[in-house]
Amino acid sequence: MMKFRYLKNVVTLELEQSKCNGCGLCTEVCPQQVFAFNGKVSSIVDRDACLECGACARNCAPEAISVRAGVGCAYAILMDKYNIKSKCCDDDCGCSLDGIQY
Amino acid sequence: MSEEQIKLPMVDNHQVDSCCAGEESILDYGNAAEAGWVNGQIETAVGPVYRINTTLERRDMLGSFKARWGVGRMSYIVPPDLYAVGNPDQSSPVLVSANYKLSFDSLRRELSGLNLWILVIDTKGINVWCAAGKGTFGTEEVIRMVNTTRLPELVSSKTLIMPQLSAPGVTAFEVRRRCGFRVIFGPVRAADIPTFLKAGNKADPAMRRTYFGFWDRVVLTPVEITALVKPLAYFSLFLFLLNLVSVLLVGNSFQLAFLIGQTLFDLVPFLGATLVGAVLVPALLPYLPGRALSWKGLILGLVWAGIYTGLSGAETRLLETISYFLIIPAVAAFLSINFTGSTTYTSLSGVVKEMKIALPLIFAAAGLGLISLILSYFI
Repeated sequence: MMKFRYLKNVVTLELEQSKCNGCGLCTEVCPQQVFAFNGKVSSIVDRDACLECGACARNCAPEAISVRAGVGCAYAILMDKYNIKSKCCDDDCGCSLDGIQY
Repeated sequence: MSEEQIKLPMVDNHQVDSCCAGEESILDYGNAAEAGWVNGQIETAVGPVYRINTTLERRDMLGSFKARWGVGRMSYIVPPDLYAVGNPDQSSPVLVSANYKLSFDSLRRELSGLNLWILVIDTKGINVWCAAGKGTFGTEEVIRMVNTTRLPELVSSKTLIMPQLSAPGVTAFEVRRRCGFRVIFGPVRAADIPTFLKAGNKADPAMRRTYFGFWDRVVLTPVEITALVKPLAYFSLFLFLLNLVSVLLVGNSFQLAFLIGQTLFDLVPFLGATLVGAVLVPALLPYLPGRALSWKGLILGLVWAGIYTGLSGAETRLLETISYFLIIPAVAAFLSINFTGSTTYTSLSGVVKEMKIALPLIFAAAGLGLISLILSYFI
């Protein structure tokens, strides 16, 4: 099964390798295989696949990873822009993978 | 980088406040004792714990089907608590799950023959992925539930197995620091849990990625369709009025059946446009050219506009044709952008960029299209 790809060169993901403590957790939590871990240090190998979910940055104890995390959902962005009290959770923004994952 | 920076700016500030938090009072958690998925109780060091079934029954299937169509979706929840599968003891693994019934069902049906604990945390009835993004499936809630269920007194392993997709909300080292439980991120899909456990809590790379296959995408379309019923009803009314006014202006007597028939006929190209955007684009996603979703919608919209005008042939006049080629791609592109909320791979930065470029074009095309559509009824 192929990997889906979105726009090129837009994501805000950054990794400061000098800060990496080699725990490798970023490679575990990333659902898009953006990182590779050589046993000592992580590196970004597929930046454009990043969906900015923020899992890696949140679980990076030495704070080597930074990303402007958020949900890439047009509806949520529109509601936010016009400051509309979103009913997103009520009528379902179609949040993905509803029953597939647990 | 500070904790503030990795906080999800829009998600945390906006969505939690406005759509998830504060709803506690209206959520009806129900009573687990009466739930069909409960199968007795087991006695433990921290009191009785409900044991759950690992097979889904007809009512579970029906409930899932209804939730997919948006019926009773927000009350489709499981009371947050500790549950038992099989006959777990103090060395059994602890799985953590969201309290959306659909998530809970997809977990428990994979666990037959296993002995373990399930800690259902309060995600306000939202699935793991969305709740993690919104922060409701988060560090605080995990720690809170560990403490309220007195889990430290029950299990000796002091390990929690989280769904991998909860990682955007759960900081593993924070959980450990604050309640002593080590967090292991398990596989993305519940179906891989037995293999994961057997391998000593190890997930192979295939278990760590999302797939978003054909059925994963198609199963999300009913909710998109239900959201379109209302706009389509208003648009039908609009077309009906156009037909009515144009008939009256010509001075013909009006026949209701004729007007309704004409309206339904006029609706076909636009009904098609919504189906293209809400169903066909999601279904054919990887096969459509381009990366931007609006681009995929635009192309398929143009194809449908071409097919429709081709089929109606000489019947279609210039203004109508113009309106079709403007409105249909605009509608399809707009609905395709909307599907970004359902995908597993679109980033916030990408969606913002796409919207900046596509939305002005979409609204311009739709506006011009509407003008030519209105004119086509009178010229």
